[in-house]
Amino acid sequence: MNLTNGAEAVVRVEDGVLIKERVPKNYRLKELDERIRKERTKAEARLISEARRAGVPTPIIYDIENSTIKMQYIDGIALKHVIDEKLSEQVGILVAELHAAGIIHGDLTTSNLILFNDKIYVIDFGLSFFESSIEARGVDVHVLFRTFESTHRNHEKLIEAFCRGYRKEFEQADEVLERVKEIEKRGRYA
Amino acid sequence: MKGTVLGIEGTAWNLSAAIVNEKYVIAEVSDMYKPPTGGIHPREAAQHHAKYASYVVKGVLEEAKKKGVDASDIDAISFSQGPGLGACLRTVATAARMLAISLDVPLVGVNHCLAHVEVGRWKTPASDPVTLYVSGANSQVLAYRMGRYRVFGETLDIGLGNAFDKFARSAGLGHPGGPQIEQFSKDASNYIPLPYVVKGMDLSFSGLSTAATAALKDNSMEDVCYSFQETAFAMVVEVTERALAHTGKNEVLLAGGVGANMRLREMLDIMCTERGANFYVPEKRFMGDNGAMIAYLGLLMYNSGNVIDVENSHVNPNFRPDDVDVTWLPRDFEEGRLS
Repeated sequence: MNLTNGAEAVVRVEDGVLIKERVPKNYRLKELDERIRKERTKAEARLISEARRAGVPTPIIYDIENSTIKMQYIDGIALKHVIDEKLSEQVGILVAELHAAGIIHGDLTTSNLILFNDKIYVIDFGLSFFESSIEARGVDVHVLFRTFESTHRNHEKLIEAFCRGYRKEFEQADEVLERVKEIEKRGRYA
Repeated sequence: MKGTVLGIEGTAWNLSAAIVNEKYVIAEVSDMYKPPTGGIHPREAAQHHAKYASYVVKGVLEEAKKKGVDASDIDAISFSQGPGLGACLRTVATAARMLAISLDVPLVGVNHCLAHVEVGRWKTPASDPVTLYVSGANSQVLAYRMGRYRVFGETLDIGLGNAFDKFARSAGLGHPGGPQIEQFSKDASNYIPLPYVVKGMDLSFSGLSTAATAALKDNSMEDVCYSFQETAFAMVVEVTERALAHTGKNEVLLAGGVGANMRLREMLDIMCTERGANFYVPEKRFMGDNGAMIAYLGLLMYNSGNVIDVENSHVNPNFRPDDVDVTWLPRDFEEGRLS
């Protein structure tokens, strides 16, 4: 069964195991393509494990080879279909835990948060990296707020709820959320 | 859809006036500001626009008259309200207000980015596309969702064209940089690894531009130009593909001056073919900044009652496309299209 034909990887499930394979992108130069796929696969596996260690629900990794990861299949529902303020607050707590552990997710969207057994699992660490700067955390949160804004009508309430959760679990929260506002205002022409 | 609209563009280097109706660009007259050295100087560009505003407006009215369209046939005046260089925007807005008052017709303030999208929908078969808009100042991935064009990804610092221009100036290639970089790329023999910066759905080009400049020390111009292009374009195509996957749409529209680059088109074409999406590129005259796109979105807005009073027609250099209520598309426009 093919789960998604996402932008980056083909994800399929075999016997309850999720196999994520970063497929070659022919639009990209082969050399650049291979570099990106290999780097992202290796980093993803490591970051998924680190996040679990920090207390954030993530899939269990079974195996890694080249640009393929085998991991636990989280058979839940994407938050983009069910998000409300209560869930958004929980997301705030999880992101706080990630950030406190020095992890930046890099692609926080409501498609990458899965509700399963009453827990929110964070998936797709393909663009994640280790960093503890306020700036990187700010961009991480900014990306999530942008998905709220671009796909959810009541985004202001969701953002408020997220901030409540984020502040609960993370002492540098105020500094990061302040930076998020700055990032939004930053001098882009658009 | 009825009506005839005169629109004026002048957010940056190109001052352009056009008259359109629902079917055709009836007339278009432009005059470009060309910096003697370096890049666009905002004040000089604005002075250029002030000097040539009457020339392009008179010109477009005369040209239209030859085709049987009189000034009295014009139903509204539209202008680029932003985003853009403040001084340029103010100059063009002044010209537009004067025209609206003297012809006694409504004024329409147009978002420049959305004009690029709408002229593309007008001039290609694209209906509900993910738009990659890459120009000097702007780099955005836009798509319609729930009453607005949402920005799914964009540059966090400078536009892609601007990144090319900055590099080209440091490399002594002159302005604008894009066409020369494309030319040099054709004779490259090596790919040099450069920073590939995609942050979620957003992009950053300033570090890439600096790294490319630094790479010139040990590498040929051809190889650096090639590597710069390959890296930057792979970044924007990746974000465009992610927006396709996220929205479930199946069309891509290319807009903006950087869209003239054949390698970028090729990469988007490959990505779309592999995903089973359709890829659309308008004719070149509708890709860079042009008056026709401002007149056309002006017409759409005029027809949906989206006009402004002269008193409330101030410009907005940071005008965001997602601040605009899309009055000109039916409310159920995207129903049934989304997964």
